[in-house]
Amino acid sequence: MAKVIVVTSGKGGVGKTTTSASFATGLALQGHKVAVLDFDVGLRNLDLIMGCERRVVYDFVNVINQEATLKQALIKDKHCDNLYILPASQTRDKDALTVEGVERVIDELKESFDYIVCDSPAGIEKGAIMALYFADEALVVTNPEVSSVRDSDRILGMLSAKSRRAEKGESPVKEHLLVTRYSPKRAKNGEMLSVADVQEILNVPLLGVIPESEVVLQASNAGAPAIHQNGSDVSEAYGDAIARFLGEERPMRFTTEKPGLLQRLFGG
Amino acid sequence: MSILSYLLGSRKKTASVAKERLQIILAHEHNGRGAPDYLPAMKQEIMAVIAKYIEIDVDKIHVNLDRQDEVAVLELNVVLPEMQVQGKS
Ligand SMILES: Nc1ncnc2c1ncn2[C@@H]1O[C@H](COP(=O)(O)OP(=O)(O)O)[C@@H](O)[C@H]1O
Ligand SMILES: [Mg+2]
Repeated sequence: MAKVIVVTSGKGGVGKTTTSASFATGLALQGHKVAVLDFDVGLRNLDLIMGCERRVVYDFVNVINQEATLKQALIKDKHCDNLYILPASQTRDKDALTVEGVERVIDELKESFDYIVCDSPAGIEKGAIMALYFADEALVVTNPEVSSVRDSDRILGMLSAKSRRAEKGESPVKEHLLVTRYSPKRAKNGEMLSVADVQEILNVPLLGVIPESEVVLQASNAGAPAIHQNGSDVSEAYGDAIARFLGEERPMRFTTEKPGLLQRLFGG
Repeated sequence: MSILSYLLGSRKKTASVAKERLQIILAHEHNGRGAPDYLPAMKQEIMAVIAKYIEIDVDKIHVNLDRQDEVAVLELNVVLPEMQVQGKS
């Protein structure tokens, strides 16, 4: 049975699109058939992060308005055979996505994909609700910072009240916490909320910790999701999160500072 | 902060302040979560009625809806100025 995963946060700029791209890619690299959908109507960006911006012909809204078929609009990823991208529309009409329209698209995707990853826009308005409405599971992307944590808490409230599962009285959307842009050093010095603090406050099972890293900027410059940067901390951290999502147990990494040169030389 | 302590890197440990503030505000916001839409308007009207009879600061009136599993308790807490209580009895 296909699963719909929403990548959400409330706050903007915390790493939802970065995560959607790497998470979808990682699932595809594990052999699953994956479609990743950009719900950020008017601010299409997932295509840039995935590196397929020049190949966009039709978009999500074209499919909803039946101006194009899903098959015509889906873009095949250049790195993975079993990964497809549905770009957002650049229209300024925020009402372009309707519940009925999105439902039709998701139902059709469910026929041929294992995972449908929905990259949510920021906010708690209609666009964000539309992205989470059909979700079976949610990745709540949170930075260790007061406004991000509070907004994540708001979005958790939305998941438990405004999702279709909530409205229909079905089992709730399964929530996962993903702490991103984390600096173990600053947390250790007490300058930044720690992963444990964030998890304690939000009280959602921790799926993973993605460290702050310049690799993410390099990846977006190049138009290849950060998970392809083999051997980098960010790539490893996304790999761990995906393995956990798929049921594997892995110890948390990147939560503590890497030993410095002196420490490595002299121990301690 | 002295230059020395700056150089030694003893910056303020503000994370614990952040955590405490978040815990307080989220507890407060959770209380209002799922509250009926009429609650803010009803609060306003109750406060207006009290203010009509008693000269009182609105911030001395607290209207709260507490929700347990099965029941909801509407709690009205008014701190009356001493003079006025005597006046009525
Ligand atoms: N782990 C990370 N380390 C460093 N920068 C990051 C990381 N994750 C995201 N970023 C940067 O943060 C910015 C916002 O990321 P993005 O994924 O677009 O967020 P959102 O979709 O939530 O608005 C981008 O400039 C991105 O490169
Ligand atoms: Mg985004």
